[in-house]
Amino acid sequence: MTERKIINKASLDELFNKLKSGGKRIIAPRDKKGKIIFEEISSLKDIASDYIQTTLSPKQTVFPRYEEILSYQFENRNIKIDKETKKPVPTVLFGVRPCDARSLSTLNAVFTWDYIDTSFTSKLENTTVISISCSKSDEYCFCTSVGGSPGDTAGSDILLTHLDNDNFLAEIITEKGKAILLSAPELFSDKDKSASGGKDAPAVEKEKYLAHVKPYFDVKELTNKLTKLFNSDIWEEQSLRCLGCGTCAFVCPACTCFDIQDETNGNYGERFMCWDSCAFALFTLHTSGHNPRETQAPRWRQRLIHKFLYQPERLSVYGCVGCGRCSRACPADMNLLEHLVEIMEAQ
Amino acid sequence: MSNGNIYYPYLMRIENIIDEAPEIKTFRLTFIKENEGKNFAFKAGQFGEYSVFGEGECTFCIASSPTRTGYIECTFRRVGRITGALAEKEAGDIVGFRGPYGNTFPIDNWNGKNLIFIAGGIALPPLRCVIWNTLDLRDNFKDITIVYGAKTVAELVYKYELEEWKNRGDVKVLTTVDPGGETPAWKGEVGFVPTIVDKVAPPSANTIAIVCGPPIMIKLTLPILTKLGFTPENIFTTLENRMKCGFGKCGRCNVGEYFVCKDGPVFTFAQINTLPPEY
Repeated sequence: MTERKIINKASLDELFNKLKSGGKRIIAPRDKKGKIIFEEISSLKDIASDYIQTTLSPKQTVFPRYEEILSYQFENRNIKIDKETKKPVPTVLFGVRPCDARSLSTLNAVFTWDYIDTSFTSKLENTTVISISCSKSDEYCFCTSVGGSPGDTAGSDILLTHLDNDNFLAEIITEKGKAILLSAPELFSDKDKSASGGKDAPAVEKEKYLAHVKPYFDVKELTNKLTKLFNSDIWEEQSLRCLGCGTCAFVCPACTCFDIQDETNGNYGERFMCWDSCAFALFTLHTSGHNPRETQAPRWRQRLIHKFLYQPERLSVYGCVGCGRCSRACPADMNLLEHLVEIMEAQ
Repeated sequence: MSNGNIYYPYLMRIENIIDEAPEIKTFRLTFIKENEGKNFAFKAGQFGEYSVFGEGECTFCIASSPTRTGYIECTFRRVGRITGALAEKEAGDIVGFRGPYGNTFPIDNWNGKNLIFIAGGIALPPLRCVIWNTLDLRDNFKDITIVYGAKTVAELVYKYELEEWKNRGDVKVLTTVDPGGETPAWKGEVGFVPTIVDKVAPPSANTIAIVCGPPIMIKLTLPILTKLGFTPENIFTTLENRMKCGFGKCGRCNVGEYFVCKDGPVFTFAQINTLPPEY
């Protein structure tokens, strides 16, 4: 059962100090020369303000863009595989948008169906997500078309909603969120005493403080539509501009495809996984030279059908949360929302 | 031992190397840790990720039969960086193996049936596992026919076993090479695999066909099998797609709703006919 509290900025800063002295690292959005990137912060003042969406998603907290999966030593003709496993750092992921919090369930579905990637699950288990709902949106946002909303609580342990300059509504959603509340109950109050008249936490009309994101399509209809469009010309038309650079996958909070490679340094070697993209020709290229997806059109089709048809059918999650990053970051200005709307209208 | 790490490979020693054909080798691998070998089990059709430490992993079917325990075998062609590095390895060297992954040929459902194995070139290794598996349970099946072709005599793999199978007396084995690929001493057929299949296939009514080969061979063999009355449900193949993880996470072997690594690699043509052409 969600509990509602009020927390002000000073208390939030104090909460950070408390969490840090308790051994947690805090990852939050920082302004790096205009790019908003998730990084470890030491106090509230390090956090970027005034942004609609972070440039990169927070997924690397649980699914790093490069991660060792095995290390080994060469000893003459023998191989010794290192035994120790890295312990995940207890982490508070602060300031993520509700769409990004929602994307964690997509990552979790991929990394835990059938074979369980314990490296991922241990990181996720050790991460507490404190999200901030959206008071602003832009023309790239479409969370409400894919099941989310600017104040959606899915995937968050605590969801903050900015009420005025100083105060946040804090919705305590999960047991992990509750643990944070119980670690410093004095920092949360039931009533905001600073503002004139004061706000009673349970009575706050949260919707008043949220951005309005227009719904553009029904995602179930889109899934249904995609079952019939495999051979459509639309993929060729839409992907003509695609450079195959993979930026969309890099910024996507829900893209999970990865590569596995080895690297060595003297007698030491490691095997690592790193982000990959279905936009790359090499992604599917066979050793024989045959490539099942030879041009950009089938790669673009795979990207969309995988996210909006295969994943919901197989894992009951969508591979898209409507964050709009791929459209904002695309160097060729391909706009996912526009393309999805076009697909909905296609015959 | 593996601490739950799903990427942790078995360490395997290369016990024996056979040069099958130009650039094609067979490795016999044994488990360095005896208990791992004892606990290891797989079924015909499954594959694994073979690793050269320092270079990376590559994907092949297990070419030996689950009825032969204590080792696994793989047969591969030296093509890319990793198979190149693998081909440089010598007996006694150590490689990694993760697996077994993927689904299996439903051999248990084939009791009392005729089997025809149809393979071309480097596609015999994935079928060799099934061939040995069924030969080791020979009494369970009726007629067994093997049609195997390559471009040239030199490119036929498992030449010693083809002889062994021919000499058993309980298997019909036809080997063929493309016209112009024969040598003066060649005693097998000359011609393409589909033509031979047309001539020697057992009646389709009670027969399972297991086909693996280059796309052109499959394309030309299917109409022959259809003409002979085989239904797509009774024609099996094993697909390949580029893979990294082997268990449905890395994303690249996705074809339509299937992951080749999880839902395959073994498919019937009834399934293949529903797939988009992305394999």
